[in-house]
Amino acid sequence: MSEPETKGPRRGDVVLSARNIAKSYGNIHALKGVNFDIRYGQVTTLFGENGAGKSTLMKILSGVVQPTSGEIVLDGEGVNFTSSTEARDHGISIIHQELSLAPNLSVRDNVFMGREIQGATGVDFAEEERQVRLLLEELEEDIDPPTPVEDLRLGQQQIVEIARALSIDSRILIMDEPTSALSAAEVEVLFKVIRDLTAKGVSIVYISHHLEEALEITDHAVVLRDGTMTAYAPRAEIDLEWIVRNMVGEHYDLGSPPSGYAFGETALSVVDLTVADPNAGFNLVDRLSLDVKAGEIVCIYGLMGAGRTELLETLAGRLKPKSGSIFLEGEEISSLSIADRIACGLALVPEDRQRDGLVQTMSVGENMSLASIMNFTRGLFTSRRIEQSLIADTIRKVTVKTSGGGAPIGSLSGGNQQKVVIGKMLATDPTVLLLDEPSRGIDIGAKAEVFKLLAERARTGLAVVFSTSEVSECLSVAHRIIVMHKGRISAEFDSSVTKEKIMAASGESVAA
Amino acid sequence: MNQAIAPKAETAKVDKAGGMSIGQLLLEGRAFFALILIIAVFSYLSPNYFTVANFLIMASHVAIYGILAIGMLLVILNGGIDLSVGSILALCGVVAGAMMQGVELSAFGVILYPPVWAVVVLTCLFGAFVGAINGILVAWFRVPAFVATLGVMYVARGIALLQTNGLTYNNLSGRPELGNTGFDWLGFNRLAGVPISVIVLTVIALLAGLMLARSAFGRWLYASGGNERAADLSGVPVKRVKITVYTLSGILSAIAGLVLSSQLTSAGPTAGSTYELTAIAAVVVGGAALTGGRGTVRGTMLGAFVIGFLSDGLVIIGVSSYWQTVFTGSVIVLAVLMNTIQYGSGARKG
Repeated sequence: MSEPETKGPRRGDVVLSARNIAKSYGNIHALKGVNFDIRYGQVTTLFGENGAGKSTLMKILSGVVQPTSGEIVLDGEGVNFTSSTEARDHGISIIHQELSLAPNLSVRDNVFMGREIQGATGVDFAEEERQVRLLLEELEEDIDPPTPVEDLRLGQQQIVEIARALSIDSRILIMDEPTSALSAAEVEVLFKVIRDLTAKGVSIVYISHHLEEALEITDHAVVLRDGTMTAYAPRAEIDLEWIVRNMVGEHYDLGSPPSGYAFGETALSVVDLTVADPNAGFNLVDRLSLDVKAGEIVCIYGLMGAGRTELLETLAGRLKPKSGSIFLEGEEISSLSIADRIACGLALVPEDRQRDGLVQTMSVGENMSLASIMNFTRGLFTSRRIEQSLIADTIRKVTVKTSGGGAPIGSLSGGNQQKVVIGKMLATDPTVLLLDEPSRGIDIGAKAEVFKLLAERARTGLAVVFSTSEVSECLSVAHRIIVMHKGRISAEFDSSVTKEKIMAASGESVAA
Repeated sequence: MNQAIAPKAETAKVDKAGGMSIGQLLLEGRAFFALILIIAVFSYLSPNYFTVANFLIMASHVAIYGILAIGMLLVILNGGIDLSVGSILALCGVVAGAMMQGVELSAFGVILYPPVWAVVVLTCLFGAFVGAINGILVAWFRVPAFVATLGVMYVARGIALLQTNGLTYNNLSGRPELGNTGFDWLGFNRLAGVPISVIVLTVIALLAGLMLARSAFGRWLYASGGNERAADLSGVPVKRVKITVYTLSGILSAIAGLVLSSQLTSAGPTAGSTYELTAIAAVVVGGAALTGGRGTVRGTMLGAFVIGFLSDGLVIIGVSSYWQTVFTGSVIVLAVLMNTIQYGSGARKG
């Protein structure tokens, strides 16, 4: 790490410059001649929709991937990183979007993975623990270094990933979506750490879909669209609208609650539902009661650990409640299996689409028809004709951009994959649709489309319950906003509420 | 984890011209081309290889492994493995042999000689029963498949040895006055010149292929093998599917056991030893992924024939049988290597 000397770089000087970087994978041009500067002691945020090329550009800068053409200039000299270790030796390190921790190892072992501190008789675990403790203190996180990573919440895992990058002492730190699983309080701590780092002369590249958050911390903004840089400006000249306009090319609107029709009968009724944590003594969901009418859209807001996912998974049938009952259109369904609940009309779109939503070995069409197989089975065999028409219908209804039902699911972007999962559940013709963080990791364009879809279906009588950790999403299509905190409903609002009230009810302290 | 460890998606390796390259074509049809190559090489090295008679003989050798391999394919598609097929084969052969010798009911002071069709049905039911034990261990008690089937492999073999005291049931041809002749029909007879065992294999392969491609169960199987959690949330009865595939594997092991003991007209407790490895090899050479969710009956059949024709070819040209294991092992490693290239690390999108 360079200390500010009289002859050293000053804040704002360019330390690394990417010139005309292009990257192609066969016919796919991920980056087309991008110019990108990283400045000493400042934060540059890279904005762009999914598939715009942000992660690819960062992988090139951090040595994970080689550019097809173009050059990287570091301190005035052209460099070529053949591996991420080489980039790291030059002082560039990256916190990846997908966490790269080994779940079976401890926090301490993960932080020092590949860079273990050697002692006289092997690895010096005591010294490693000391350093890890210091780092975690700085990040204001109370985690014991020997804890196995798989025992941690997602948000805590993300903090361990950040701690690892911080322990490397780099001059350029790239953070790819570092806050996606963090609470507002944890984000504030991270921002404090970022400010400390920039004061010491570290340059930071920040990538995030959380636009308002990024605006808080950034000094410069760069916008990528379809592999090219569409805009660049210092912080003083930009606002939210500027970012979105350059990302999407047009104004966006997440929609408003659908109106002009009356709600139907109560579709879903939850009575005193309690779900216990198998490991600890407390309740993940604590005597929660909720009624949702047909045609109504309810949004559940809450921090990580509030119990939203546990609530939705219990309603869907994956988790067993300790007590309480669930009624679907008046019928008690608490003892039914997941398959039976889907057959009755209750379906869940899960939070983690890679782990719980998609079968990666199957095609787009096969994924879409997976929950409705019995609908197109005649006797012993499935009917190709009926299945194909179901798939074509669903692709149309949820506007999935794909080359066809036969395309491998991995060829789709994150947003389109999410639409496939939603389409799969919609194809079962549900009465109640549950969605856990439906907009996680997808770009604004796709987000708007998803919410529009939900609003349209609500009009036809579908009851929708979706959970989110982004306050602005609460104020889109939801008729009612429920705030969960520690397993209970802490507040209920209608669509005219303010963001501050929502956040206050969730136990989040709004930064002063 | 933000996105947990998930199987990687298939990349379409398209070259700049936009079509499939020769390399890609060869990779997709590698089992088929390997078979052609093997036939070509051995036909050149020996004049006896490329004859109808020889092909039929080699096919009847392949039949037993092929039947086991289909059962293994179903289990591997589900993301599991079944190490017990060889032992179940032996145990079922022994059970059939015991029934053919006559079941003594001392309480009634009578010895029952079931007709051959009854022996076949009861043996298959027994195979299903043992397979179901595997399935229940894996699905309900969550014992890892490797461990559960390894245990059953030893237990089944042990029971077979106990049953026969290490000896063999020899007179399986039955006696006309007892009405239980015909056991050797499976092994020795031919229909229109084709050995019955090959016909049995063909029928099983067709049924299995049909089931995988066109039935709801087949779809459930591919889904739960590809991503069990996602399949579960989509309403697939994953536990039921799991128990069923192990049961089917047990039934097919029973059929293979019947065919083998019929061919030898004797049922011994040591039969089928290491057959499970050949079955796994056939499945892998045929292009299935050991992680589950990928594979076809056609591929597995090609794999079984590649291994079988290779082994028999080596015998015909007089190569030492020790070389056979070297060759078979190399083929398996090569096959897994190619599977990895084909299904390799695709871009994991959010």
